[in-house]
Amino acid sequence: MQSESALRLVWIYPDLLSTYGDQGNVLVLEQRARARGIPVETLHVRSADPVPENGDIYLIGGGEDRPQILGAERLRRDGGLQRAIDRGAAMLAVCAGYQLMGTVFGGEEGQPVPGVGLLDISSGRGRHRAVGELAAEVDPELGLPTLTGFENHMGVTKLGPGVKPLSRTLVGTGNGDGTEGCYAGRIVGTYLHGPALARNPALADLLLHWVVGDLAPMDDTWYEHLRNERLGTVLSR
Amino acid sequence: MTQLPLRAQLAAALGRTAATLSRVTGRGDGSVIGGRVGLILEPDLLRRLAADRRLALVSATNGKTTTTRLITSALQELGEVATNAFGANMPAGHVSALSQAKDAPYGVLEVDEKYLPEVLDTTGAAVVCLMNLSRDQMDRAAEIWLLAQKWRRALDGRDTHVIANCDDPLVTWGASTARQVTWVSAKQRWREDSWCCPECGGPLDRKDDDWACRECTFRRPEPTWFLADNAVIDPRGRTWPLDLQLPGRANQANAAIALAAAEAFGLPVERALPRLREVKSVAGRYTTVERDGRVLRLLLAKNPAGWLEAFDVADPALPIILSVNAQGPDGRDTSWLWDVDYRVLRGRPVYVTGERRLDLALRLHVAGVHFQLCETFREAVDAQAPGKIDVIANYTAFQQIRAEFGRAV
Repeated sequence: MQSESALRLVWIYPDLLSTYGDQGNVLVLEQRARARGIPVETLHVRSADPVPENGDIYLIGGGEDRPQILGAERLRRDGGLQRAIDRGAAMLAVCAGYQLMGTVFGGEEGQPVPGVGLLDISSGRGRHRAVGELAAEVDPELGLPTLTGFENHMGVTKLGPGVKPLSRTLVGTGNGDGTEGCYAGRIVGTYLHGPALARNPALADLLLHWVVGDLAPMDDTWYEHLRNERLGTVLSR
Repeated sequence: MTQLPLRAQLAAALGRTAATLSRVTGRGDGSVIGGRVGLILEPDLLRRLAADRRLALVSATNGKTTTTRLITSALQELGEVATNAFGANMPAGHVSALSQAKDAPYGVLEVDEKYLPEVLDTTGAAVVCLMNLSRDQMDRAAEIWLLAQKWRRALDGRDTHVIANCDDPLVTWGASTARQVTWVSAKQRWREDSWCCPECGGPLDRKDDDWACRECTFRRPEPTWFLADNAVIDPRGRTWPLDLQLPGRANQANAAIALAAAEAFGLPVERALPRLREVKSVAGRYTTVERDGRVLRLLLAKNPAGWLEAFDVADPALPIILSVNAQGPDGRDTSWLWDVDYRVLRGRPVYVTGERRLDLALRLHVAGVHFQLCETFREAVDAQAPGKIDVIANYTAFQQIRAEFGRAV
């Protein structure tokens, strides 16, 4: 049931990587597209199934070590996501999903595990778990307001020359070097839960803008209430 | 009963004194502080208090407190039972529970999922009940795959009699290293954490309650107890209508596990079941409180699977108040709200409160559920016409509401 005009969202491996309310990013994109009159089709791709190449926005979420390793193996073998990105699709990769988009990440015992290689980043395990609210100023080139979210990870991520930091942290750990997340082309990676797009609707709109063009304004009352309350709490500490 | 060495006797007695002080000064119900004091004086106290008693440990993500209560009620048929009825489910709480009932030959202890290996090792419990594992408070709880693996190691080669829900693949995996397992088909509505094989990571094929890995040999074991529609079928094929006072499908599952556990203690269903039917509310859960003609039923839901079960109990014809906090015991990350499907509330009068009401408000807005935002729980109650109202709250929000009604039980 696919129509040519609908926006196609592809949620990758919810059976492996969706432990932290990651479905929220899918729901927010759906809601914000529909509020602009854009029809949406969402596909949940289980890890045993091939990743379709004809999606517009791909999403991948967080999870435990073992599912992260399995997810990376299957995506590498499948190749569908890589072809979709070559075609110009956008992607949001969160936490474990963010790490596995890089060239390498740390496994259960800290062993290096090869990633999908769509982002020029490499991740390892840090000494301490980073848990808590995060706030960060987004790269001015993207023109987005302050990033807000909740991080919960042990990763330390090094950015290579092929990506730019998504933001500089005001509160929280992020990549571990004063930056949080990264972007390259139409791919955004972040450690943020919350979920990220619920707490940062402008980031959701950036992804939508990349694939559908200009967006009409919409009622952001409840998004703004939550943002103001969270940023007010975190930045006033 | 056990004759404790002098040091342990003293430790237990001082612990009880601390617990009493905590209660009379209104600081708490004493079930944690008493145990802590005892454990400082005698680190081996839990092992000594557990010796020579027949114990059941109860662990799961959801239903621990209720199932502990149901098994306790059943075993009271046999004699005195020591139990941590108020959910203090770590070793200090266990010490406190056992030292308050020194002579009880039986004990039923609710155990935090992470502490199960340690408590099993220390107490050498005869029976362990495992009901379900699902995502819960991810910023502080262990990840569940890892948790199930720790259960496997703890149970490996042990003589403990395990009673486990075989409809939950992760619980089955966690329990299957034990020498003696009674498998109960207690159903599992929440399935979002078990689409992959815990053994090999391959896809699990699921049909009704049955499941099997498509890639390896791991599959659902054959149950001997079954939960049917408001009834339990025992290993001899006899059907027992449950007719509990506790509402909802989740409590029928808890009762099925409790009946199997009772039988492991030699207590037949015909003697255990009437005891289960007497339980009306558990530490404030399912209890009804009243204010100015508003009759509020209190439901606790701490995680997505718990909300699913609470929606099952809530009456679709009634207004509903939802309250969400994100204090330490709740988990400080509210992302889990997005794993709950709130669309079931569309068309109902919904009132939203709690310290993280704005997180819940946005969640409902995106789900297309209309709601009214209330600064306080009192405001949400005052907004109601006299009559029945359902309340669903997560952990600390629930305790705050309970406190407003004099720690309702």
